[in-house]
Amino acid sequence: MGKEGDRVQAAAASVAVIAASEGLDALLKLLQRGGYRTIGPKVRDGAVVLEDVSRADELPLGLIDDQQPGAYRLSQAKTPAYFDFTHGSQSWKRYLFPPKEKLWSAQKTNKGFEVQHDVDAPKYAFIGVRACELNAIAIQDKVFIEGDHVNTSYRERREKALIVALNCRRAGGTCFCASMNAGPKVERGYDLALTELTGKNGHSFLIEAGSEQGEKILAKLDARPATPADLKAAAKAVDQAAQSMGREMPKSARKILSKNLESAHWQDVAKRCLDCANCTLVCPTCFCNTTTDSTSLDGQNAERWRQWDSCFTLDFSYIHGGAIRREGSQRYRQWITHKLASWHEQFGVSGCVGCGRCITWCPVGIDITAEVRALAKGK
Amino acid sequence: MAAQKISAKPKLAVWKFSSCDGCQLSLLGCEDELLAVADRVEFAYFLEATRAQIKGPYDISLVEGSITTAEEEERIHKIRRQSKVLITIGACATAGGIQALKNFADVDEFIRTVYAHPEFIKTLQKSTAIADHVKVDMELRGCPIDKKQLLEVLGAYLIGRKPNLPDQSQCMECKLAGTVCVMVAKGQACLGPVTHAGCGNLCPSFDRGCYGCFGPKELPNTSALAARLGELGLDDKQRRDLFRTFNTAAAPFMKESLNYD
Ligand code: SF4
Ligand code: SF4
Ligand code: SF4
Repeated sequence: MGKEGDRVQAAAASVAVIAASEGLDALLKLLQRGGYRTIGPKVRDGAVVLEDVSRADELPLGLIDDQQPGAYRLSQAKTPAYFDFTHGSQSWKRYLFPPKEKLWSAQKTNKGFEVQHDVDAPKYAFIGVRACELNAIAIQDKVFIEGDHVNTSYRERREKALIVALNCRRAGGTCFCASMNAGPKVERGYDLALTELTGKNGHSFLIEAGSEQGEKILAKLDARPATPADLKAAAKAVDQAAQSMGREMPKSARKILSKNLESAHWQDVAKRCLDCANCTLVCPTCFCNTTTDSTSLDGQNAERWRQWDSCFTLDFSYIHGGAIRREGSQRYRQWITHKLASWHEQFGVSGCVGCGRCITWCPVGIDITAEVRALAKGK
Repeated sequence: MAAQKISAKPKLAVWKFSSCDGCQLSLLGCEDELLAVADRVEFAYFLEATRAQIKGPYDISLVEGSITTAEEEERIHKIRRQSKVLITIGACATAGGIQALKNFADVDEFIRTVYAHPEFIKTLQKSTAIADHVKVDMELRGCPIDKKQLLEVLGAYLIGRKPNLPDQSQCMECKLAGTVCVMVAKGQACLGPVTHAGCGNLCPSFDRGCYGCFGPKELPNTSALAARLGELGLDDKQRRDLFRTFNTAAAPFMKESLNYD
């Protein structure tokens, strides 16, 4: 999560402009021809979700989202753009670290049993990865790849994945990435980055390469060189997103939490919190998981699966003698202090990128930034 | 019920109390898997499937239905004595079922109003769960139960492992399946945040809020949800009725519904 750095402008060849629909279509085709499974935003059941996208006209053109604590609605925008909505509840974690994954299976044989282990690792190209998401992926990389215990299937999917990032022009109602130094401008970790341009000069995308692979793809696109006016318009658009961000995480969140482990406020949150686990499952950095075993009725086959878990369940803290975090207050405290405080000690960064998902998708609208402020006041 | 010694072909019995038979039918509804089940267990008593009746004791008893008569009260004790493992199946058996709505009313008055010959009706004042009468080893929630969960329990028993029946929220099933939350995205009333997982994410994936068929999850915060439902526009009666369905007599749901009486 870097500081606001200078846009990479030096190499003119790596910044260009493509036409909106045709350019996106060409990019998607090119990636598919390169063997990529292209995943991007689509609308399903009233929300933006991440699914297979093969053509630009499958993207939700002209929609924006209204996000509030516990509420999400889509509506028509005044200016039709491809990416002016922000993210829905799903994040790319769904693809890199799937909700359920078979780890291995075993089949009984005459001599004993045989173990099978297949990794499901398609070659993904992610279209429209926002700054907060890039930072979230970098955090999950730390957890799954950079530690002592490597999650090999995550690593395989991650290494194969191509990232087409996106600069936000508009902040969602619950976003606070700016105060987490995690957006809205994409800084690193992408192959290509798009900034949507709408205005007098028509509808187009500024496209920048961030890797060698990105350069190669860009070279094959029908693009014109970017003019200083294009660069200015793009910079202005991202600025606008930063300016329109209505939420903020207090700078001293880590300290506030560490100092308030015994605050009476935890009881207050527990009265409102449903322990439903939505916040953890929509969070793009939450990585907790559990393994379950299953067996076939005839006893010939056994499987071990990994699936998302959450610190909001009782089972999660179950050890010999029972669950250790029996109270809702303990579970909420565990979550937020891990996210914002002990994550630093564990991984050297905050566990929050300010995407706001946990605020929007909490059925009762509990707001992580508001809870930190309330704790600071000692309420 | 974990690592106990299991006889060659365990004897399975399926018992019915006050219920609609829907849960037993889930077992018949297993179709493909039913043959595999029949291969591994002996259906010693299962009137929906076979007239053969083999005497107890039984290795596994699946019990459907609630206790609503004095005769049933007596019979469940007999069954318990004959069963090594007793598993209750469905909302009637685990919570008293929809018929527990009578627990909130004057039953004698009901009988007088509904039946031409009230003198033939012998019923208890309340519909109660099996666990209110005998020790239950495991419960399978739902109205009706989920076939996959039933097979999971039987499969786990046969191999001697712990079955996977998490007590967590329905919301977790939504998020694992990638279903868009109907409460957040549409403002619909949903009992998912206080409801036990297990149905396989049925209603929300069909764009309906959860009705709570699987009953309360572990430590459900019903009052926080009810407060939110009020903000979404539900009046007291609507909130009461939401908690007062198949699991109306499950303690947390009952308590919450009484707040809106
Ligand atoms: S804690 Fe909330 S705001 Fe922060 S990254 Fe997770 S979901 Fe986003
Ligand atoms: S904070 Fe909200 S989303 Fe998270 S467990 Fe509590 S009620 Fe559920
Ligand atoms: S639809 Fe209901 S069960 Fe699903 S996440 Fe939303 S509140 Fe929870």
